[in-house]
Parts: sequence; C-alpha cells; structure tokens
Amino acid sequence: MIVDLQRFIANERPFWNGLEKMLDHLEIEPNARMSLAQLQLFHQLYERTAADLAKITTFSSEPETRRYLENLVARAYGEIHETRGKQRRFYPLEWFFHTLPQTFRRHVRAFYLSLAITIAGCLFGGMAIAFDPGSKPVLMPFPGLLQDPRQRVAEEEKATHDRLNGWKTTFSAELMTHNIQVSVFTLALGMTWGFGTILMLFYNGVILGAVGVDYIRAGETQFLLGWLMPHGVIEIPAILIAGQAGLLLAWTIIGRGSRLPLRARLREISSDLVTLIFGVGCLLVWAGFIEAFLSQYHQPVIPYNAKIAFGGIELILLILFLAKSGARKTRKAVNPDE
Amino acid sequence: MKTNVLSIRTPEGIMFSQLLAGPVMRFLAWFIDQFCIQLLLTVLEIMLGLLGVLSPGFAFAFYVIGWFVIGIGYGIFFEWTWRGQTIGKRLFRLRVMDVEGMKLQFNQIVVRNLLRFVDQLPAFYFVGGVACWLNSRCQRLGDLAANTVVVRSPRVAEPDLDQLLAGKFNSFRRFPHLIARLRQNVSPMEADIALQSLLRRDEFDPVARVELFGDLAAHFRAKVEFPPEATDGVADEQYIRNVVDVLYRTSQVPPFRPKVQNSEPPAAALQL
Repeated sequence: MIVDLQRFIANERPFWNGLEKMLDHLEIEPNARMSLAQLQLFHQLYERTAADLAKITTFSSEPETRRYLENLVARAYGEIHETRGKQRRFYPLEWFFHTLPQTFRRHVRAFYLSLAITIAGCLFGGMAIAFDPGSKPVLMPFPGLLQDPRQRVAEEEKATHDRLNGWKTTFSAELMTHNIQVSVFTLALGMTWGFGTILMLFYNGVILGAVGVDYIRAGETQFLLGWLMPHGVIEIPAILIAGQAGLLLAWTIIGRGSRLPLRARLREISSDLVTLIFGVGCLLVWAGFIEAFLSQYHQPVIPYNAKIAFGGIELILLILFLAKSGARKTRKAVNPDE
Repeated sequence: MKTNVLSIRTPEGIMFSQLLAGPVMRFLAWFIDQFCIQLLLTVLEIMLGLLGVLSPGFAFAFYVIGWFVIGIGYGIFFEWTWRGQTIGKRLFRLRVMDVEGMKLQFNQIVVRNLLRFVDQLPAFYFVGGVACWLNSRCQRLGDLAANTVVVRSPRVAEPDLDQLLAGKFNSFRRFPHLIARLRQNVSPMEADIALQSLLRRDEFDPVARVELFGDLAAHFRAKVEFPPEATDGVADEQYIRNVVDVLYRTSQVPPFRPKVQNSEPPAAALQL
C-alpha cells in the first residue's frame, strides 16, 4: 500500500532510471553481452519496477507515472522473455553464401513440390499446344509469343540494328521489378492455404511448356535454348524458390503433424521466408541483367552455342551453390567438437 | 470473441492493455502513406529529370527501380526505423507491435509488408479489410503471418483542473491522512467518473444533476469519512469537487515527469 505517493516515487525513481538506462543500452547495442552480475541486476530492476507498477495501477491519480512504468516493464519484458535468436548485425556475404543456401536445403521438400507443380504445368501446356495448336492465344495471351516461331527466328537473325539500343537498362529494370513482384505475390498467396501459390506455379509452367513445345515443333530448339537458357536457368529456379516459400507458408498454416499452435509455427518460419524471398530477389536482379544484355541478342551477334554454354555454366553454378554452399559450416555447427 | 483490446499478461502477473486499431483508422493511415509515397516518387521524378538530359534510358530505369523500391520499401523502412510506425500511422497514433509483446523483429516487418500483395486484392485492401473485420485482433493476413497487431494510443486530453477547481477552498486539505486513505481506496475508474461528472455538469438536466452528485457524494463518503468540520455546509457537487481536487492534484511539488514520451504505448514495439 502506498501511503505517501511523492515519497514512493522519489524512492523508486533511481531503480526505474537504472532499468531505463540498461534498456537503452541494449537497444542501441544489440550485440552487447551482459555479465552475470549485470544480468542479475537487470532482472532485479525489472522485478522491482513490475512490482511498483502493480502497486501504482490501483492508484487513481498518477496516470502519467503508470504509463511510464508500463512502458518500462513492457520493454524489459520483451528483452527477458524473448526466446528467438537475438538479431545480429547483418553480414551480406555470410547471409548469401551460408544462410540462404542452408535455408533452401532445410525446406528442400517444398522446393521439390514447387518443381513438380511447375513440371505438371509444363506438361499440360506442352500437350495442349501439341494436340491443339489453335489454343495458343488462350495459353499465351502475350503478343510477343503469338508470332510464328520460324518467322520470329528469321526476323531476329536478319536484324541489322539493335532494337534495345539506349533502353537496355530500362528493359532490365522492368524485367527485374516485374519478376520480383510476381515472386512476392507467389509467396504471399501461400496465405490461401497454398492454392494461390499452386495456381501461380502451374500457370507459369503452362506458359513455359507451351512456348517450349511451340518452338520445338517449329524446329527452332537451338534458338529456344539460346534465347531462354542464359536468363531462364536463374529466373525459373527463382520463381520455384518463391513457390517453395509460398508452399512453406501454406504448410505452416495447415500445421499437419505439428503440435505447436499457429502463432508459434509462424514464428519459426518467419526468418526463413524472408531469407528465401530476398534470395529470390538477388537471383532475379541477375536474371534481369542477363535477359536485357545477353538473351535478346541472337546469332550472328552472339552464337547460340555460346549462349547455351553460358546458360549451362550458370545452371551448374546455381546447383552447386544451392546444394553445397555453407554446408561445411552446417557440419561444424552439428559437430562442434570436430 | 471480437475485442478492441489486446491484453498481455506477464509471468509476474502484470497486465498491459493496448487498444487495437480498427480497419477504418488503418485505412486512413494507409491513405496518408500512399500520399507520402506519391510525394517521394514525384521528388524522384524531378531529380531524375536532370539525369534524363544526359541519358533518358538510365533515368527511366532508375525511376522504374525507384518506384518499386519505394512502393515496397516505404513500409519496411519506416516501421523498422520508427519502431512500428509509418508517417500515416504516426499521424493517427497507430503502431505495429508483436502480438505477444515481444520485440518486433525485422523479419516480422518484412513479412507483414510483403503480404500486402494479397491483402490489397482485388482493390483498396478488400481482402485485408475483410480479414481485419473478421479477426478477433483486427489482423489482416500480413499481420497473421507475421504475428503482429496494430495498436492505437489515443491522446488523453488532460482536463483543465485549474479552471475547473479554481477559487474554491478545499476543506479536505486540512486532513492529509484522510486524503491519503481516499487516494488508496478510490479506483482509477471511480476517479474518472467523478472527474467526468464535473466536466459535463452543465449538460445535465438540473434535477438529474442534483441526483447524480448526491449519489456520487454518498459513494465517496462511504469510501472515507471526513470529520464534520470538513463536510458541514458542503453541497454534494462541492464534495465531488473536493474529491477530484485531492485525487488529481496530488501535490504542490511538480509531479514526476518521465523522460520518455508518454504518448508512446507501453509496448514491446518500442525497442526494436
């Protein structure tokens, strides 16, 4: 019971100030580590301030002090009861070469599912074009793809001037932003229990399959590979990884086989989702550059074989990156004694 | 159950309550943010106009990237640097916080902002608005995925006690021990009822006013009994005036003024 409020505030104020100072320090220096003595002091100050708040809550005349104490206790509560890993300083290279591939591998089954859905879409699109070439305007409602492949190849190979001269950077920027938007959308649609993500992946597969079969039927396989491989070997896996993130989100919401409540499950995957989608962003920036500066130039400017070889090398590097990068660090973390 | 309050109880038994922001308030804040985004894009366009003289291709490319980065990054940047607030949220006194009162993390901010793509479908945040309306904590899909809520801290107008209580002698002041007991026995809600009744006294019908202050005075008399020399000849309304005076004007010395802004909510969102 508080008899003399002014004296109570005067007596307790040093403890509140002490707690506030420690909290300020922790917030400014997220990497700071407290000694055992400091931790004990921090906990004592928290408990004392919480007790003061409990006392003053019933007091009718000090709303300002009550709000101040609520503020302090809530901040300290967040520090003490936070069970997630402390936010460390961000190291871009470590994130790219360790965290991203490790996260990818941790949820690789969602990637395989994403790949399977896209392949199913490819098969559907390919068969639709093979058995019903008239369905092309429905499957690929884009003017650039409706042209006859042979005619397009002939026009591209005879081109004497650079169509993108002076606008390659703009084209590249448009490709990057559009593809990143599609990827984020694919991830976000995971909130529809995955239905939206599956539809997006399937639809992308349908277009890819339809375009592929259309060019193969026209005997332009080399052009197709030379056109799509330099950027496609990065762009398509990037969309698949976005699908992986969307399916991961969907699986977390469904929660089959987990006893954790939804909130706890979502907390667990939150950082993985962000890692995956930022990784997708990096891949799509690269793909955007390549598509604008390389993919749009065909034989005789750049030989098809050179473009196909470049695409092949990229694909091998990407597979190695996703499969191996950061693996040594994981093993060390599992067996720290080694 | 739908509620407009988020309560967090710590293991120590301390409870915080935060007012949840409704869809309309959030939509207004979003509208302000959209205006700010447009403003930033206009500034960017003007700046790139100079670059456009040298290279139109580069200028347009920068504009495309700027449009994308500002559109997506605006919410992430401000909510991270301003601890859960954007310009619109700050104007409407809203704030994003962790649903369990924990530290708001960067991942949560990114997830809730990226999931706007679904929330804003098909237009004007229809999906998000419906989700917010149906959810007990008024969360849109992005908030659900990120484990966040948007709370509001309305500005509490400080009553002008000096004007309200000016020029009146308070006979209770001669009994500090009884004043201390009264402060101890009166709950914050009871104190607020007494204050509000004084602030709105002119809105009441004369008969209702006499009855109201009669009931209130009886209620507070039962809390602490002041001696006859303090209460003799004091009308019921004056009695309540005296009560409010001793409850809200605790001392002649300046009250404790915390360093932090008191308008900030007591949320863990404060320490990102």
